[in-house]
Amino acid sequence: MSNTMSFRSSLLRPLAVASLVLGLAGPALAQEHGAPKPHREDWSFAGPFGKFDRAQLQRGFQVFKEVCSSCHSAHLFAFRNLAQPGGPEFSEAQAKAVAESYQIQDGPNDAGDMFDRPGRLSDHWPSPFPNEQAARASNGGAYPPDFSTLAKARTYEVGFPGFLIDILTQYQEQGPDYIHALLNGYKEPPEGFTVPEGAHYNEYFPGHAIKMPQPISDDQVTYTDGTPQTVDQYSRDVTAFMMWVAEPHLEARKRIGFQAMIFLIIFAGLLYFTKKKVWKSVEH
Amino acid sequence: MSGHSTFEPKHPALKWFESRLPLVGLVHSSFVAYPTPRNLNYWWTFGGILSLMLGVQIISGVVLVMHYTPHVTLAFDSVEHIMRDVSYGWLIRYIHANGASMFFIAVYIHIFRGLYYGSYKNPREVLWILGVIIYLLMMATAFMGYVLPWGQMSFWGATVITNLFSAFPVVGPTIVEWLWGGFAVDNPTLNRFFSLHYLLPFMIAGVVVLHVWALHVVGQNNPAGVEPKSPKDTVPFTPYATIKDGFGMVCFLIFFAWFLFYIPNYLGHADNYIPANPLVTPAHIVPEWYYLPFYAMLRAVPDKLGGVLTMFGAILVLFFVPWLDTSKVRSATYRPLYKQFFWIWLVACVGLGWLGSKPAEGGYVIAGRILTVYYFAHFLIILPLLGLFEKPKAIPASITEAVLGKKKGAAPASVGVSAPQTKG
Repeated sequence: MSNTMSFRSSLLRPLAVASLVLGLAGPALAQEHGAPKPHREDWSFAGPFGKFDRAQLQRGFQVFKEVCSSCHSAHLFAFRNLAQPGGPEFSEAQAKAVAESYQIQDGPNDAGDMFDRPGRLSDHWPSPFPNEQAARASNGGAYPPDFSTLAKARTYEVGFPGFLIDILTQYQEQGPDYIHALLNGYKEPPEGFTVPEGAHYNEYFPGHAIKMPQPISDDQVTYTDGTPQTVDQYSRDVTAFMMWVAEPHLEARKRIGFQAMIFLIIFAGLLYFTKKKVWKSVEH
Repeated sequence: MSGHSTFEPKHPALKWFESRLPLVGLVHSSFVAYPTPRNLNYWWTFGGILSLMLGVQIISGVVLVMHYTPHVTLAFDSVEHIMRDVSYGWLIRYIHANGASMFFIAVYIHIFRGLYYGSYKNPREVLWILGVIIYLLMMATAFMGYVLPWGQMSFWGATVITNLFSAFPVVGPTIVEWLWGGFAVDNPTLNRFFSLHYLLPFMIAGVVVLHVWALHVVGQNNPAGVEPKSPKDTVPFTPYATIKDGFGMVCFLIFFAWFLFYIPNYLGHADNYIPANPLVTPAHIVPEWYYLPFYAMLRAVPDKLGGVLTMFGAILVLFFVPWLDTSKVRSATYRPLYKQFFWIWLVACVGLGWLGSKPAEGGYVIAGRILTVYYFAHFLIILPLLGLFEKPKAIPASITEAVLGKKKGAAPASVGVSAPQTKG
């Protein structure tokens, strides 16, 4: 007993010293990045029981299809994904109709020629440009990033002690937060900031000069379900869609995770009482 | 310690087999009858947890290899194919990626436990050294594994770490080209890393066998740090240790599942979801968290070769700990000064880890230098001197006395400083 007590008290003292030392180095970090921290949004897919909002994913897909996909590819995203569980869950007929509205290059045929045919469910989303060079040539030298994993490929520095708290709260939606903030971050540059030729000022973009012009404005995409047609709403919807494209099995992961947790906790409880019984007669 | 097996087969077929290959007897004497100190606490369950994690990593890794393609143009997409299209592929891949971190969390606790309770001391030096070798192999394996998804951090991490070898005079550049299989990190590098990443875990398993063998020769250390002297001091491995280890393992799996199912990308880098691009350098190249203290030491030294030597020295020094620690008392429980220095050193390690994740500039570098010096001073100055100047508390005469004394709340009787090295 006294053994464990001294163990604990001697643990706490140095930790207090450490937090003092670490705290001193904090301000250096704040100065390093000029960009403000993106606001933490309330995502339906966050947290242990998070799920995608089907209607939101369908709207997000609409924004992607009508706006983003004219410059951004999503080469790992297949038409069949639109109908799979845990996603926007379009019917198979709907997904097929979307696929068929695109011409996909196939071949070579028996004559050795490449040919175009209507898309199938198994096809992947066609890229807007044949290659990176063509994409750069059309976008002022910038390469619009592929959407396949983009929502997981962006983040921001949380800092101490927030990064430890995120473990307990299971917050890992920094990528969606950043994308939402970026899409709403187009502003007039502050005085004294010169935006380079062909770039645009964005509060949240590292360095603030982004090649992508403000991609979407109010009422640009027509929603059929009465959802407000604002930049803020568009950006939430398309960000949720991007998160799903990056992590299509997110719902299954959280569902199975909960089952695994229940099993493990009950199993641990049984083992604990068995252990207690086994050790009952042995002082240790 | 384990001595001859008390296992006596009853069944004639088993008798026949046992007289030709005493396999069941070996298992019986190692994991059933093996006497284990009765006072082991939960820090001792991490040996079992580590064996479990090695198994988890090998099994999940073997399945991943069935779907992975080691080629610079296909590797990234093949990992995403696993995440998207392979049945439960996301689960297997997240198990493997987070499992590596869990493996390191467990190994760090295991090492810290060994340092706290003096488990490296006579007669357990070889046991300790084998452990440090396992740790080194783990670092190499994890490094090469992180390269395989061929994301930005994979590529640039591999570039930075392999470039370290160029610091060595004369042979440096040749070594680096030899590691790369060319003049830059490219397809040959990915292929050889893949091959070695598959090989090394089995080498780890081999050294683990030696580690466990050495353990069974010298016996386990325990929180009191005195050797078992009578049968009263020990309990049979089964059921006592098996049930306790089992409980520890399941608790650890709950911790593992928390990361695996709910924050599977927390311990990784967002940049590694960007396919590798040799033409674009990430703003901050940061290694995986388990290398961060060493990364901080590397950057604390202004000279490149000096930094590389410091970094490797930080691990090499562990090999000499059994001889650097001059105290005759094993357990920090009876070493009032060492106990404090142990925790200070642990905080220095955590501080170095935090600094390793920061850019190498300004106050971070200065703090990194101070902590690096302290890290080495702990082993090279404090440990040798403590043994000479520290006045240890009275150590208990036996494990049983330590246990009973603790229960009664009375101070254990003094029997002198040096514990006799008996082998129970």
